[in-house]
Parts: sequence; structure tokens; C-alpha cells
Amino acid sequence: MATKPELLVDKDYKYGFHDENVQYTFKARKGIDHDVVEQISRLKNEPQWMRDFRHRALDIFFSKPLPAWANLELLSKIDFDDIYYYMRASDVEGRSWDEVPEEIKRTFDRLGIPEAERKFLGGVTAQYDSEVVYHSIRADLEAKGVLFSDMDTGLREHEDIVREHFATVIPPADNKFAALNSAVWSGGSFIWVPPGVRVEIPLQAYFRINAENMGQFERTLIIAEPGSFVHYIEGCTAPTYSSNSLHSAVVELIAKEGAHIRYTTIQNWYKNVYNLVTKRALAHRNAHVEWVDGNIGSRLTMKYPSVYMVGEGARGDVLSIAYASEGQHQDAGSKMIHAAPNTTSIITSKSVSKGGGRTSYRGLVKVYPGCDGVKSNVRCDALLMDPASRSDTYPTMEIDAKNVRIEHEATVSKVGEEQLFYVMSRGLSEVEATTMIVNGFFEPFVKELPMEYAVELNRLIALEMEGSVG
Amino acid sequence: MAERLLEIRDLHVAVGETEIIRGIDLTVDRGTVHALMGPNGSGKSTLSLALMGHPKYTVTQGDILYKGRSIKDLGPDERSLLGMFLGFQYPSAIPGVSVANFLRNALMARHKGGPPLTPAAFKKLLDDAIRRLKMDPAVLGRYVNDGFSGGEKKRLEILQALVLQPELEILDETDSGLDIDALRIIAEGINAQRGPERAIVLITHYQRILNYLRPDVVHVMVRGKIVKQGGPELAQELEAKGYDPLIKELVEA
Ligand SMILES: Nc1ncnc2c1ncn2[C@@H]1O[C@H](COP(=O)(O)OP(=O)(O)OP(=O)(O)O)[C@@H](O)[C@H]1O
Ligand SMILES: [Mg+2]
Repeated sequence: MATKPELLVDKDYKYGFHDENVQYTFKARKGIDHDVVEQISRLKNEPQWMRDFRHRALDIFFSKPLPAWANLELLSKIDFDDIYYYMRASDVEGRSWDEVPEEIKRTFDRLGIPEAERKFLGGVTAQYDSEVVYHSIRADLEAKGVLFSDMDTGLREHEDIVREHFATVIPPADNKFAALNSAVWSGGSFIWVPPGVRVEIPLQAYFRINAENMGQFERTLIIAEPGSFVHYIEGCTAPTYSSNSLHSAVVELIAKEGAHIRYTTIQNWYKNVYNLVTKRALAHRNAHVEWVDGNIGSRLTMKYPSVYMVGEGARGDVLSIAYASEGQHQDAGSKMIHAAPNTTSIITSKSVSKGGGRTSYRGLVKVYPGCDGVKSNVRCDALLMDPASRSDTYPTMEIDAKNVRIEHEATVSKVGEEQLFYVMSRGLSEVEATTMIVNGFFEPFVKELPMEYAVELNRLIALEMEGSVG
Repeated sequence: MAERLLEIRDLHVAVGETEIIRGIDLTVDRGTVHALMGPNGSGKSTLSLALMGHPKYTVTQGDILYKGRSIKDLGPDERSLLGMFLGFQYPSAIPGVSVANFLRNALMARHKGGPPLTPAAFKKLLDDAIRRLKMDPAVLGRYVNDGFSGGEKKRLEILQALVLQPELEILDETDSGLDIDALRIIAEGINAQRGPERAIVLITHYQRILNYLRPDVVHVMVRGKIVKQGGPELAQELEAKGYDPLIKELVEA
């Protein structure tokens, strides 16, 4: 239950946190209260402002209701008392390979995922060892003055930058899950790109992933100073297994004047996971933010990457795909907030539902008064593989300005009998033909991915069509 | 004695409850070219789709033998792998799948278990076919039939036939909607495929392509039945007089 933050002052003494030499032993336990939050913050040796922030956020979490949209039936099944809110590397390493579900192991096999990665993705090691690659990239970035670390390190080493920007894009009160993340966050990435610097290679969470980064409540903050460019990629195509059922990240992007940020995600959580993520970007004058967002896994995903265009000439793009098979619901979309004149947004959403899976597009385009010259284009295409599957669109437009051009187009198609017959008449089996058609449908997304991701994603879809992936 | 490739025996085909093909017998030997003509709606496309195994078209009676074996219960993919090919009257678009990728997959399906096709051999196969049909090589990067003009679609069907090298090639109005030069090029492409091993069934409304191809047999189909057979002169006669005299003959008989 919620306790008042003031009471916590006593606990400093009780736990001996003031003594640097005392080895504090954290015992992972289920459930959430101010005590757990305090422990997390103490363990990380955080500054007081962050600790206060966490406690405030927890109160907000307790006071906020669950979101009333998407899928209340599934949401209400989340048991907040049955979740570990913080786990350290040693907790993760105590798990065994035997606990990883068979179908995940099979998928690793068929995707050809290397041994070291399997252990990590299967949640049995806390570290994925790719230090060699990482070091050379690191040196290159350092020479340019780019900061790239996990969020905890970022806070420790660059507190001033973090404090100035942290939670300015997504305050804890934004929604229940953002509040929860704010209270218990751990890991995630911190990136700061100096003015005018272009980072030509994509920065991948992969190069420095550890249990916390890929954990339940990671927190990412990317700041691109004026005129800079960075592309960040998180996730991978192989399924990520977690014994915890709730993943709730917060991702904040700040693109200053003329900066360009591209953020690519491939979400493939195991199908027991609730993936409730808040992603938002602030785009200043002439800045450009792109979200490239793929959702394959999880039981329920609720994710609406947004761009708040606050400076004239800013631009926001979202290109997303969602795939839902039996028992899955992907509720994804985007919010484009035009708060300055002559801003442009493009939302392209593609979804495939199969075997009774459900996808929904939920989107908002908002144009504030006085924002003339806004252009927005929304396009949603849904592909249904069978009559049991479902797809819905919930587009909202709030347009309070004149001289704007807003376009919205939505299509729902079924994998046509004619199309399937055409491909099969060239010798492809039904599974091969279906895979080809679905991969073709996702092609506009896949071609935006780096090669190795594109190849794996195509293979993953082939596995899904065979129905051999859990 | 030429080897029999296809034998259709008393074939009846229905869509739902409606019988469209109402008893057809037809044999096609290797090395021959057949023309199948007939008024709109007489059932030519239905026959070709049923031969290829379209799930909507049910064989209600009779049988289809290919190389002496009944294929009426096989899927379209199996029929394709046995060497059958249908050039569609209305080819489907596959957005997001490039022509090159499509053909690579179709070839791979054929090479299962066998030695894989090298990228160099694949490229040569495609380049040769493209050159023969005087197509723009850029077509290989375009998505299959996506935004193609009518004529471009027809050319792509023939390109696929050239690459896949089927033994029985059924071409449903591949000559429709082609400009004069394209018609000649396509006809040459088809002619180049003639050989002792292969048979071609050409569904057409026009004499023009037959001038290039010189069919061995011309069949005329009316209301789901083959009502007349003859040599190339039959096509000329139809071109001159139309189907009316033939239909009248039928009614009087
Ligand atoms: N899928 C279908 N559903 C309903 N009716 C069909 C279907 N396919 C064919 N038919 C009907 O069967 C008859 C024969 O059609 P088919 O397309 O085989 O004719 P065709 O000889 O190829 O004509 P055309 O020269 O115009 O191409 C027509 O009356 C057509 O409407
Ligand atoms: Mg027809």
C-alpha cells in the first residue's frame, strides 16, 4: 500500500545507506510500495531529486485508473502484486535454461540465433557479450563527443543534462504506466548528440544490452542538439522471454532545432507479456523525428509513438507494423500534435491479423489554433488472414486551424483467394505463398530496416505462417 | 507417335451450384499447339482455371490426366511443379514482392532437394528472358503486377513462362490488349518455346496471333462445350464470319 514519502527519511538509517562501506543486500520481492521504490533508488545511489521524483510518481501511479481503451478485459488481468519491479543481474543469472519455453528455443534454432544471444534473450544471462564491436563504436562516438550509455550511468555521469531533460516530454502524470515506470525505472539508454554531429551508424541497444536495459521498466532519453542526427535501434527479431508479465517503458526524444532522430523498434516479447509503453518526441523548429515501430510479440501491446511538433517547420513520421496471432492484441498507432505552423506529419500503419489475432490502429492528429500550413497524412492498411481475426481503426482528428491539409485513408483487405492461387500456381505451397504475400505487405517497413534485421524479420514471418512459433 | 501430355475426359466444372463446363473431351500431345476460341462467357477461362486447380472451380464429373496421371485432386502448386503453367487472363498483383524475388521463389520451389540455382545462373536466366521479350530490366525490381498496364501484365506472364520452362503452357488471352509490336514480340517469345517436349494451349479471340503461331488444332467452345474442331482454317473462317453461323448450326442440329 502507499505510504507517505516523508516516512521514508527514517529508513535511511535503518538500512545504513549513508555508510558507503556497508554492502546493502537487495532482496528481489514481488509487489510495489514506497519501500521498494526507496530501495531501488538507494541501491543505485541516486541524487535526492530523482528519489523524490520516484516517490511522487508512485503516488500518481496509485491514484490513476487503468486506461479505459484498447482492451479492458486483458488489462484488468494484470496483477500488480505479482510482479518483480526490480531485479539485479544476479537475480537473473539464477534462472535456468530449462525455464525457457520450448517454442522459444525452437525459434532461436530456426532463426539461427547465436548461443550467447540465446541465453540473453531467454532471460538466463544478464549480459549479452558483444564487447569487441562495442568498443570500436564507442571510441568513434567519443571522438565526436556523443554520449551513449545506459540510463543509470547517464544519470551518474551527466546529471546536469539528465536533470534538464528527464520527464520533460513524458511527465509521470501522463498515464498510469508512465507513472509506474517513473517510480521504478531501471536501465534503458541515454544518448546525447552534440550540435551538428551526425552519427552515421545506427546506435543499437544490442551493443550494450543487459538485464536492466531489456528489463521491465527501462527508461530511454535521447537528446539531439541543433543540427545533429542519430538513429537508434532497440530490440531484435527473436522473441524475448521474461517470467514477468509486464513491460512498461518510457522513451523520450528531444530533437532540437534542425535535428533529426530516427528511432527503430522491433518488439518481439514472448506472448505472455503486457507491453504498455509510452513513447513521445518533441520536435523543435525544422526538426525531424521518425518512429519506425514493429510489434510482433506480446499478449497485449498498447503503444502510440507521438511527435509533438512545437517549432515551425517540424516534421513527424511514424511507420509501424503490427502482427497479431491467436491470443494477441496489438493496439498501436500514433499521435501527431501540430503545435506550430507549417508542420508536417505522416503516419503509415500496417497490420496483419491471423488465427483470431486482433490489431487496432488508434491515432490522433491534433492541430492547434493558429497553426496554418499544417499537412498530415494518415494511412492504415490491415490485412486479415482468416475470418476469425479482427482489425479496427480508431482515428481521431482535432483540427482547430485553417489552411491545413489532412488526409486519412484506411483499407482492410483479406488475403485474396485469387492472389493466393496466382502465387501457388507458380509452384509455391500455401504456406510459402502466404509468407510471400505477408512479407510483401510489410515490405515498406522492412526496407527501412538494416539488412540483418530485414532478413531475420522475413524469416520470422515465415515461421509465423507455418504456425510453428508460439 | 507423339506422347500424350494432357487428356481431359468428360469434364464437368461448377462454380457453386452453377455448372459452367458441361462435358469436355480434349487431348493435347507434346510438341503441339492448340487454339481454344469461343464467344465471351463460353467457359474458356473456367476451363483453364480448373485445369490449374483453382479452389473455386469444382470438378463435378470426369477427369483430368496429365502425363497419364489424374491430377484433379492436386493443388495448384503441385500441378505447377509437375510442369503445368497458366498465363492468366487477369493476373493478380502482389504488392511488396519484386518480380525478381517472385521468380526466385518460384524457381526455388522447383529445385527443392536438387542442386540450388546459383545467383549467376538465375541472373542469366532472367536477363535472357528480359532481352527476348524486349522488356525494360527495371521490371525485375517492380512489384509483381502492381500498377502494371494491361500489356505489361501480359508480357510478365510470358516472362514467367520463359523462366519457369513448363511443359504444358496454357495462355489465356495473352494476346489481348497488346499493341502491334508487343503482339509480335510476345508471339516470337511463345514461338521460341515450341519444341517436341512442350505443348501450348492458346486461348484467344483473334486470328492475328495465330498467324504467327500456326496452331495444329483449333477448338471452338460454346456454352461450356467444345462444339467444333479443325485446322488453322477454322480460325480464319471464324474471323471472317463470327460465331453466329456456328451457333445457328448448333441450334438447328
Ligand atoms: N467465379 C465465378 N463466379 C461466378 N460465375 C463465374 C465465375 N467464373 C466464371 N463464371 C461464369 O462462367 C461463365 C464462363 O466464364 P469464363 O470466364 O470461363 O468465360 P470465357 O470464355 O473465358 O469468357 P471471355 O472470353 O470473356 O474471357 C460466365 O458466365 C461467367 O460469368
Ligand atoms: Mg476468359
